[in-house]
Amino acid sequence: MSKGFVHTYEIGSFVDGPGVRFVVFLAGCPLRCQYCHNPDTWVCRGELTDSADVLARIARSAQFLKAGEGGVTVSGGEPLAQDGFAVEILRGSQALGLHTALDTSGYLGARLSDDALIAADLVLLDIKAWNREVYRGLTGVDLAPTLSFAARLSRLCRPMWVRFVLVPGLTDRLEDMEGLARFVSGLSSVERVEVVPFHQMGRHKWEALGLEYRLEDIPEPSFGELAAAKRVFADVGLPVSESRPAPCVPPDLRE
Amino acid sequence: MLETPTQAQEERELAWNGFAEGAWTRHIDVGDFILRNYKPYTGDESFLAPPTERTARLWRRVSAMMAEEAERGILDADTEVVSTLTSHAPGYIERGDEVIVGLQTDAPLKRALLPQGGVRMVDAALEAYGYRLSPHVARIFGVRGFRKTHNDGVFDAYTAEMRRARSSGIITGLPDAYGRGRIIGDYRRVALYGVDRLIDDKRAQHESLGDAVMLDDTIRLAEELAEQVRALEDLKVMAEGYGFGIGRPAANGREAVQWLYLGYLGAIKEQNGAAMSLGRTSTFLDIYLQRDLSSGRLTESEAQEIVDQFVMKLRMVRYLRTPEYNELFSGDPTWVTESLGGVGLDGRPLVTRTSFRFLHTLFNLGSAPEPNLTVLWSRTLPDAFKRFVSRVSVETSAIQYENDDLMRAIYGDDYGIACCVSAMRIGRQMQYFGARANLAKALLYAINGGRDELSGSQVAPAAETVRGDVLDYHDVMRKYEAMLDWLAKTYVGALNVIHYMHDKYSYERLEMALHDRDVERFLACGIAGLSVAADSLSAIRYASVSPVRDERGLVVDYQVNGEFPKFGNYDERVDAIASALVRDFMERIRSQPTYRNAVPTQSVLTITSNVVYGKLTGSTPDGRAAGQPFAPGANPMHGRDVSGPVASMCSVASLPYEYAQDGISYTFSIVPASLGSRPEERVENLVRMLDGYFDQGGHHINVNVMDRRMLLDAIDHPERYPMLTVRVSGYAVKFSALTREQQLEVVDRTFHGLDDLATVATVGACVE
Repeated sequence: MSKGFVHTYEIGSFVDGPGVRFVVFLAGCPLRCQYCHNPDTWVCRGELTDSADVLARIARSAQFLKAGEGGVTVSGGEPLAQDGFAVEILRGSQALGLHTALDTSGYLGARLSDDALIAADLVLLDIKAWNREVYRGLTGVDLAPTLSFAARLSRLCRPMWVRFVLVPGLTDRLEDMEGLARFVSGLSSVERVEVVPFHQMGRHKWEALGLEYRLEDIPEPSFGELAAAKRVFADVGLPVSESRPAPCVPPDLRE
Repeated sequence: MLETPTQAQEERELAWNGFAEGAWTRHIDVGDFILRNYKPYTGDESFLAPPTERTARLWRRVSAMMAEEAERGILDADTEVVSTLTSHAPGYIERGDEVIVGLQTDAPLKRALLPQGGVRMVDAALEAYGYRLSPHVARIFGVRGFRKTHNDGVFDAYTAEMRRARSSGIITGLPDAYGRGRIIGDYRRVALYGVDRLIDDKRAQHESLGDAVMLDDTIRLAEELAEQVRALEDLKVMAEGYGFGIGRPAANGREAVQWLYLGYLGAIKEQNGAAMSLGRTSTFLDIYLQRDLSSGRLTESEAQEIVDQFVMKLRMVRYLRTPEYNELFSGDPTWVTESLGGVGLDGRPLVTRTSFRFLHTLFNLGSAPEPNLTVLWSRTLPDAFKRFVSRVSVETSAIQYENDDLMRAIYGDDYGIACCVSAMRIGRQMQYFGARANLAKALLYAINGGRDELSGSQVAPAAETVRGDVLDYHDVMRKYEAMLDWLAKTYVGALNVIHYMHDKYSYERLEMALHDRDVERFLACGIAGLSVAADSLSAIRYASVSPVRDERGLVVDYQVNGEFPKFGNYDERVDAIASALVRDFMERIRSQPTYRNAVPTQSVLTITSNVVYGKLTGSTPDGRAAGQPFAPGANPMHGRDVSGPVASMCSVASLPYEYAQDGISYTFSIVPASLGSRPEERVENLVRMLDGYFDQGGHHINVNVMDRRMLLDAIDHPERYPMLTVRVSGYAVKFSALTREQQLEVVDRTFHGLDDLATVATVGACVE
């Protein structure tokens, strides 16, 4: 069992995977997303926590999570910044009979072996922009690792929910969204696409941390803009904000 | 040779045509009738009908009257005629449009004169609204009049200590100035059996006392039975005024609803109980409505019309109460609680189409706090019903949920909820409602040797005060336990006085006529300030708490140094303290002798009085400032449950129901977007959350799905939110009917899902 940095726990979330979720937010993230609403999770700080302690907490809520048809979501930060720790929590949760989800940007996806990937029953994959330049400007890192991680999940038939944050003037160019939609529609194991509207609620944290917040003047997308973005994904046949039974057959069962 | 059937037999045969016979045909047993005759409904809400023209017209008229009432405080009040079953001529809203009739007085929303509980309250309330009690009535009631009231009797018997405890606020909400309520008559009996049969039954009960030794208990029972017979006779007279001969059983769906409502109406004409709950009527009524529907005598639209109009009448129940009472229990609540759903002991869900029809009134008539619709939740309820009630919650925030799996094991499958969380077998059990003891204030008394932290006066017997600069957990606990011994004794003693006098001067003759002869009675005690007391003890134990003394040597404030676990985060260290408080106080209550051998129970419930209790309580060792509101019921303190909604629920669910069988109230608020991104998802997720909470052993939950921003807007612009209903603590209120103080308290409560945790710690080294 290893130790790691836990930022916080959210016991009972309904928006981080199916059903009632126990969310473990791990600290540390190599991305610097301009709209990040948890910039306080970027760096690791505080005390190290044993993964056994994290699992003991999860175990106490296991009955509730099962009754609520939910499970455990390891989020961040970027949870794969502490990949070994994250996988231990996921595996331990599976051993408790709980459904597991990994909420990641995919940037460090290469750190996970195929074997380790199985610890996540579901991957919540953030693809923050399709245009490489925009992606780099928005996050400070390259898009390519995320896309290859998505392709790998698809090849291995690992269920994923793709999340895309709609930021007016930044990620909402039609051809970019269409490009992303085409890419995602080519993946085999996408159960749903979530288009998340940008909001200003993270702003006070940037100020509290003394960081320069650059999206001050960006409006939150209107209902119409959000609907239009969802339509881009729906038009290529993707299930937007709805789950569907995975139509995917794992590689070892393919003819 | 065949005997000629009597008219009564013929009427009964007609009324019961098509019903399966059983024990219920031989003796009074509505529960048996239901189980033998109802048909569970497992489908969805698609069959439901919109309001009829007549209903819509009638509701518009009533709404206009209610708006006028809200503006003026009350619409009208009777100052002359003391309300009884037969005191008033029939009243109507608009006779041509009403399919269910009957009003408390001769005009809609006109408040009745009910001085038997206490004439002082009536006098003060009338004066507050610009009316004057008739001198004639004033001469009759009171200690110098011809007719003593419950209130007079109680104050004749209270000890000096009880008075002190009452006025200092360590015991609050005692029903000593008005009706006690929380008694549910089995109003279904009126419909199923007709009143004549019930009278015969009660007479037989009186005769059954024939050779008993005539001493206090038996004499009282004999007198009560005679009163019950008289009440039933008067009920018939009242019904005749409306043109109904309810001596015979109801013969169809509309009559069943009308008969049942007349029974309930009789009860509210004679009693102004704090909570006048309806019981568990929907599945009973469904049997009649479905019989008519399947024989083609009724359409779905007509069935819904009957239910809509019945519910409309329940929304119009009014009592004359003082503004101070309103401060305690805001928004004119009457707790017309109707329990819906649940599962039978045979495993079949007790959900019927009429359960849906009741809930559908929240859409047909718009959201409203009354009747207090309470869903008895079981894991095995039909999925479609779960989804429907969840949708009702998400869209109206008007209903509450209670754990049927937990209660069925104790109360069987024909119990109902009185008031907010109090379960009782309908017609077989009743309760002596008993306010609540302030556990947080008791802790301050322990620290101050029985002196009140605000007034400085000696309320509890003098005891050793806490010395030194830092509170010692074991020292404080020892003193606290002694203080709780005193509190329990004084509290139960006061309740015994209250219920002795209520039975004597304001006996609920009609409600009790709709009970069995030998009812089981509960003495329903309660506690307030649980999370404040638990967090305070946790602070003393896990942090360092220094008392701050004033010039009188009284501890009036506390300095807390360091962190301590807080109730509501699923942290065993403090959750165990809270559970122990519940258990230990219940054990103290159990050791007290009770009036009429009532079985003591306890609730963790404050209703809206958490604001007033907080006002009456000085600073506490958890860092709560003097006068700040408590959390309602069993809730964690505002903003302290920061580990997520499930952690908060698990803490509350860990409180031991076996030591709080009168109910553990929890009010939960969540922002819509946090429950899911789409409406259907929110509905699904709420179902999952409820399954999880009740599976964990939670007893009760109020669900609010709303935004804090919207509530803040509603404070400033009430006209924009005329229907906004909020679940506060065991009941719902119109948000606009709360005092500003209470509105702010509701806004202050923890809203799960708000992204407002801006904690910044020091930067450490990263594993990377």
